[in-house]
Amino acid sequence: MGRTGHIAGLSLFLAAAPTLAQEPHARYNLQAPVTTIAAQIDDMHTFMLIICLVIFIGVFGVMFWSVIRHRKSRGAVAANFHEHTGVEIAWTVIPILILLGMAWPATKTVIAMKDTSNPDITIKATGYQWKWGYDYLQGEGEGIRFLSALSTPREQIEGAAPKGDAYLLEVDNPVVVPVGKKIRVVLTANDVIHSWWVPAFGVKQDAIPGFIRDAWFLAEKEGVYRGNCAELCGRDHGFMPIEVHVVSEARYAAWVAEQKSKMAVAQAPADPG
Amino acid sequence: MATLTHDPIHAGHAAHHGPTGLMRWLTTTNHKDIGTMYMIFSFIMFLSGGVMALTIRAELFQPGLQVVEPEFFNQLTTMHGLVMVFGAIMPAFVGFANWMIPLMIGASDMAFARMNNWSFWLLPPAAILLLGSFFVPGGATAAGWTLYAPLSVQMGMGMDLAIFAIHIMGISSIMGAINIVVTVLNMRAPGMTMMKMPLFCWTWLITAYLLIAVMPVLAGAVTMILTDRHFGTSFFNAAGGGDPVMYQHIFWFFGHPEVYIMILPAFGIVSQIIPTFARKPLFGYASMVYATASIAILSFAVWAHHMFATGMPAAGQLFFMYATMLIAVPTGVKVFNWVATMWRGALTFESPMLWATGFLFVFTIGGFTGLICAIAPIDIQVQDTYYVVAHFHYVLVAGSLFALFAGAYFWLPKWTGHMPSEFLGKLHFWCSMVFFNITFFPMHFLGLAGMPRRIPDYALQFADFNAMASVGAFGFGLSQLIFLVVLVKCVRGGRKAEARAWEGAEGLEWTVPSPAPHHTFEVAPVVR
Ligand code: HEM
Ligand SMILES: [Cu+2]
Ligand SMILES: [Cu+2]
Repeated sequence: MGRTGHIAGLSLFLAAAPTLAQEPHARYNLQAPVTTIAAQIDDMHTFMLIICLVIFIGVFGVMFWSVIRHRKSRGAVAANFHEHTGVEIAWTVIPILILLGMAWPATKTVIAMKDTSNPDITIKATGYQWKWGYDYLQGEGEGIRFLSALSTPREQIEGAAPKGDAYLLEVDNPVVVPVGKKIRVVLTANDVIHSWWVPAFGVKQDAIPGFIRDAWFLAEKEGVYRGNCAELCGRDHGFMPIEVHVVSEARYAAWVAEQKSKMAVAQAPADPG
Repeated sequence: MATLTHDPIHAGHAAHHGPTGLMRWLTTTNHKDIGTMYMIFSFIMFLSGGVMALTIRAELFQPGLQVVEPEFFNQLTTMHGLVMVFGAIMPAFVGFANWMIPLMIGASDMAFARMNNWSFWLLPPAAILLLGSFFVPGGATAAGWTLYAPLSVQMGMGMDLAIFAIHIMGISSIMGAINIVVTVLNMRAPGMTMMKMPLFCWTWLITAYLLIAVMPVLAGAVTMILTDRHFGTSFFNAAGGGDPVMYQHIFWFFGHPEVYIMILPAFGIVSQIIPTFARKPLFGYASMVYATASIAILSFAVWAHHMFATGMPAAGQLFFMYATMLIAVPTGVKVFNWVATMWRGALTFESPMLWATGFLFVFTIGGFTGLICAIAPIDIQVQDTYYVVAHFHYVLVAGSLFALFAGAYFWLPKWTGHMPSEFLGKLHFWCSMVFFNITFFPMHFLGLAGMPRRIPDYALQFADFNAMASVGAFGFGLSQLIFLVVLVKCVRGGRKAEARAWEGAEGLEWTVPSPAPHHTFEVAPVVR
């Protein structure tokens, strides 16, 4: 399931892709992928775009040829044909073949996206109006739990202070996961439907109150990846981002230790013993 | 409405008896009067929805909150969607159907003239409920035009008003649809066989069946929300044994056919216009009919492509992905047929043709992004982002709305007896076309780069394209006022239109004088 090489070099578009990907923020195209799934989606999108562009140029080449050449003002006299079985069959069958070519890679990706088996770490994400809650359910870090809410100060939103780099994409407690490990995210919600979306991972999964859904990712590169809630969930829907830190195994172990001690401290006063 | 009593369309017409003044419009059973009222209504709703859109774009002009509060912002996006879909686009097409179908098939009026009156007069009360909901405690519903539960169950009383409005508009649509089906099936002039009917009648016949099939489904969905809200049911509440995703299935079982309800009549209008100005018969008439029918049938089997992110099993995702991709085939056939109709014609580009050509070009971009959205893994990235906002505005604005304008310029001579101003028509077209693309093209980039939809504020990397979209939106909004000027001028006067207002025009509607007299085809014409 590696990045499909067959489309490389198909167009100028791909030549431009690496430069776009190097920008800190995507502007014209999908964000730089850091999982195989996101990479497949990115490739598929490029592939579709090229096919669509070719068809577009073909069809509208013909149309604009007509628009320019077959004008009455240029003395064009209308022909009188109004059907042609051969052509009509061709432009029904050829698109079907093209669609089959599109459906093939998509099918493989759909099946891969659904394979949440054998995760290294399982994290439950719960949507609240308007923040996320995370519980590390299984694997290293099991037992860690915290809430994660927007940390952008109100003054920045209201224009009383200059806006920071990660404006509206920053949280108080980010999710931390180790690089190169399969993370299963189990989702639910407390009130209304929310959706957990991190573009660089190619993951968008609704969090539905009363139901459990899951998704997975395996980040191949360390870094900070940001996303948003992607389902209208009320007043502050635009203000409940997702921030994931993908770190080395060593730093992950350190983070887990730190969280555990914090939780122990937090629990101590409540503990009568 | 009172200002309309001196409508020159019918002024001084001898065969016209009955009440005058406001009562004339309240009691009219004439398909032309009713068609006119539908169109005026929809234009008013179009402007109201437009004001909401511009408020949204003003807020999104810059990052940060400047113009409206998030809660009101959500009310605006929701109401903009509901008003445009149910208030502007759908009634406009029904207006066209009322005016044109009897003229095209040689019928003296619609089959059920009194029901026709009622189906129109249900709309203003519905609109008042909908727009009035802004002023009730808690404001209008802010759950998105899709009204997803459980968010819609949380809303204030504005939601109840919206539900009631949707019920009324639904009843109106169903009555309108029944009327169209019966008119087309029973009232054709002798010799007007089904396969000789203008394509506009065919697309409306098929649309009418879609309406009858899905409006009750929508009514059911919103009624379940109503009972969940007030009567203790738990259709969409997991704690009571219900399922929020069930709402989405029901809504989109209505919703996807609904998008075809809004585009098939547009296909019909464009199929009347392109042959006229190519001076050449429509290419592949029969295949157009079959393509329309297959789109309509397929549209019942693709609804869950709006729900790829809900987490369906792989088999479900694959089924809905394949079915959706299949819809591109008949849609493609239509585009190819239109281009083939233009091929080796003798083309002229009066305003209607300009709009129809613009439709073809820009609508097809929306078709391509639809195909890209159909690919489930890609859609999971772009669902609920500005990419989808771009997609559906390319098909709804550049598709349905442009086709409506094309049709209006095409038939205004028949409606008013005067030719619309060519200069203003072209100006309106070019301004709309340019500003439309400035507004909506950058939204593709925004969506791909990760900007969610339905948010009042956004991260800084989205600032440039949002500013551009906002500028474009104001340009587009102002351009629509040109159309208002065209309308007023055309009703008041202008070059007299002949019965056959356009050189290449074919069909029964062009055999009656312009403006069409109050009563036409009292004796059915005979079609060879
Ligand atoms: C080639 C034909 C088309 C295909 C394959 C297609 C496919 C799709 C898909 C897959 C979506 C879901 C995107 C998402 O929410 O993530 C969508 C959304 C949408 N489409 Fe299309 N579409 C087509 C034509 C049309 C037409 C003709 C219209 C209306 C005139 C239309 C109106 C819409 C609307 C309104 C939405 C968004 C609904 C919402 O979420 O609010 N589409 N389309
Ligand atoms: Cu949300
Ligand atoms: Cu759809």
